[in-house]
Order: sequence, then C-alpha cells, then structure tokens
Amino acid sequence: MTFNEKYILNLIEKEQRTDGRTLMDYRKIKIETGISKNAEGSAKVTIGDTEVIVGVKLDLGEPFPDTPDEGTIIVNAELLPLSSQEFEAGPPGTEATELARIIDRGIRESKAIDFKKLALIPGEKIWMVFIDIYTINHAGNLIDASALAAAAALQVARFPKVENNKVVYGEFTNKLLPSTKLPVTCTVSKIRNKFIVDQTLEEEGSASARLSVALIDGKIHAMQKGLLGPLTPEEVEQMIDIAIEKERELRKHLK
Amino acid sequence: MKKENKETKYEKRFDGRNFDQLRPIEAKIGIIKNADGSASFKMGDTYAIASVFGPRDLRPRFLQNPQKGTLRCTYDMLSFSVTERKRPGPNRRSVEVSLVTGWALAPVICLDEYPNTVIDVYIEVIQANAGTRCAGICAAALALASAGILMKDLVSAVSVGKIGDKIVLDLIKEEEDFDPATDIPIAFTPRTGELTLLQLDGSISKDELKKAIELAKKGCQTIYDLQKKTLKEHFSKMELENDIQ
Repeated sequence: MTFNEKYILNLIEKEQRTDGRTLMDYRKIKIETGISKNAEGSAKVTIGDTEVIVGVKLDLGEPFPDTPDEGTIIVNAELLPLSSQEFEAGPPGTEATELARIIDRGIRESKAIDFKKLALIPGEKIWMVFIDIYTINHAGNLIDASALAAAAALQVARFPKVENNKVVYGEFTNKLLPSTKLPVTCTVSKIRNKFIVDQTLEEEGSASARLSVALIDGKIHAMQKGLLGPLTPEEVEQMIDIAIEKERELRKHLK
Repeated sequence: MKKENKETKYEKRFDGRNFDQLRPIEAKIGIIKNADGSASFKMGDTYAIASVFGPRDLRPRFLQNPQKGTLRCTYDMLSFSVTERKRPGPNRRSVEVSLVTGWALAPVICLDEYPNTVIDVYIEVIQANAGTRCAGICAAALALASAGILMKDLVSAVSVGKIGDKIVLDLIKEEEDFDPATDIPIAFTPRTGELTLLQLDGSISKDELKKAIELAKKGCQTIYDLQKKTLKEHFSKMELENDIQ
C-alpha cells in the first residue's frame, strides 16, 4: 500500500477527502458546446481537473440486415497519451473499450435517440452517428464526464446537408438529431465501507468497487459494476439511490 | 477535391485577408494539468493543442542513448476535427507529420542535457482548417518551453503558397483546394532564421519559392512575437503565484 493510498483510506473513514469535499460532492462541473466547427455536434466537459471532449459526426451507410429500417450509433473512446502519464499510444485498450461501451449502452438502451428516425431510405441508407470521446486531462471519473459530454454534444448535433443521397461534407442543416431527454451517468465508488461520488484519480486507485448507473429521471437504463470488490444487494441498492439523487444535480448542467 | 477553375487568377482571398496577412492567432499555456508542459495555438479556425511529458525514463532500455535524450513527437487529428470523419488513430499522413514535426523541433532542444531519457510531445488537432501541422508546431514549441526544457530558440511555423498566380501567407482550406495551388508549410527558428520544416506540393518556380520563404519568415516573426509574449505572461504569472504562496 502506498502512502497516498493509506492517507486516502484514513480520510475516507473519517468521511473526508483530500480536496475538502464531502463524500457526496461533485467537483465543479462546466459544459461548453460547439468546440469544434467541423463536427455535427461537440462538447467539452470539465469536472474539477478532469477534461473530456466529445464530437458527433454523421455519415450515411447501409443498415444491418436485422434492423433494415434503423440507423445506429458508434461510440469510440480514446484515452490520449496527451492527457495522462498513464496512457500509452496505440489502439484502444480494455479501459477505453469499457468506457466507450458504458456510454454506448446508456444512449442505446434509453432509446433517447430514435433509431427509426435515422433511416434515410429504409432498407437502403441509414444514418450512422459516430460519438467520439477524447480525454484531454485525466483526473478521475472519466465515465461521468464522458456521458455528460456525449449528451451535451448530441443535444446540439444537427444533420449535415444531403444531395443525391450523399453527405455534403462540411455543410449543415438546422435540423437537430431526433432525441428525447438523454441519459446521465453517475458513478458511485466504494472505498472501505463508504460510498463516494466523483472519485479523483487517487481515490480511483483506492476503490474496491464502482457502480455506474445511466439514468433518465430516476429510471435505470444501463449499469456497470466495475473493479474486483464484491457488493451486497443492499449496497447496490444504496449506490443506486445515491446515483438517482445525483442525476438531478448532474442534469441541471445540461441545458 | 479540387474546385473546377478555368481561370487561374486569384484576385481576392476567400476570407478577405490581404495576401500577406495572417489569420487571427491566439496562444495559451498550461491547458493540460497532468502534463509537464502544455499549450494551445489557434490560427483562425485551425486549433491545435500540445502536451509535453518528460524528460522521463526511456523504455525499453536498449533504446536509451547515453549521449543525448530522445525527442518523440506524435501528431494526430481528432476524428471530428475535419469535415469528413477521420478514423481515430494514426494513419500514413499523421505518421509522416509526426516525423517532420520532430525534425522541426529537435534542433532547438538541448537534448545533450538529457541523456538516456525521452521527451514526449503529443499534438492533437481539435479543429482543422489548413495549416494544422504548423499550428501544432507552434503549440508544441510553447509546451516544451513551459515544461522548462532547455532550448536554444523557439520554433514558429506557418504555411505559405501560391494560389493562382499570387504568393499567399497562411492558407485556408478553400485556398488549398483551389486549382492551381501550391502549399508550403515552413518552420523557422526565429533567432537564427533557419528553416527546420519545409515541405511543398504543387508547382512553383525558384524565384517564387524565394518570395514565399521570405513571406513565411515575416509571418513567423509575428507568431514568434506572440509566442514570446505568451511565455513571458505565463512565467510572470507563475512567479506572482509563488510569491503569494
């Protein structure tokens, strides 16, 4: 056990944190949209020192044989070496893949985006919505930051111009993506026998388990239990209660 | 995608600038907290960020050079920085740009001071409208300086070119797509006035190239002034913060 870890564990037992927050406090959250002009939609989210940017690009493609009249989303996450000592160059590893899939499931399963409305010509041409997540500074809690940034970017995303069933790259319409209220994800971490939200990088290293819950108005649409530590059903219930309470707070930042 | 253009005349720039005028430029330092040094550089609608990690241990160890440090540059564009989505991850273009970016920066870094180590420079283009490698180099030079790496000089970069029959400073995408267009990204070490990046595609005479290089030098001087000013402000702010503490 490193000195840092011991220090954090001692603090958490006293319900304190290195930055003075209570166990249930998020760091300061800021959302900025329209950060990259060539994207159909884009957003930057900072939670404390953590910074993530998400861009949405649309392109036309062929539908999957089993869903001929539905468009689709493709979520990708890149943990840029630019953003942390710990990230190395190369194709997405397990951590990045897990992150992308958690965000993907939240959006997909909540049905916040109506895939049926993403069919340009049913059976032939459908919209593929690429949601690309990039870390700019990793200081913990990339999941919540990425989900928030994805939601913010999707909210402002508009269709590109289409001519002869082809995308005119670089030209946009005023038509927004067909979406209802988007999911917000809250991750609750377990350190010793305490629960915390919005863990820092150091706290992440001390957590035994985490539970990420994608929510729309208290309804659960996707979950992921992470890390090695087991959780009792009662603990899961408590963690979900925390997530539901925090959803309201997180959602306030989404205009 | 070249635009059909029978006329080779280019009388007025697409964005209304003078032929020898830069786009508005903006630089920031200390934008990525985790990094040892970081900076962003904007040239009009082109926006690049850079972070520096190191000098740090170079692994695997057999790559270490006991004579001098290694500079490792990685340039890439975010998938949504361009109009047609770019697949995430390196491609042939970004690998080459990374290579020439390293060559553009290495001559000013006192690598002899850092044997056995590596200095990693990461450049990401957030928004692209031509000149991304130049914006990346400008940002990277600032990031290196802000990381406290020993340097003999800064590096300033801009692209010049021949659009129609005009020699033009700081091309935008529409100009690159004009036919005929010659695109020449150039980096200067401002103090010594040497070139550390020079690439060209298109067609141009020797005399015109000479003019273009002179124009680039002029543009780089303006960029250099901004880089110096930004660095000075950054370090005086840091001093102030230290004083307060």
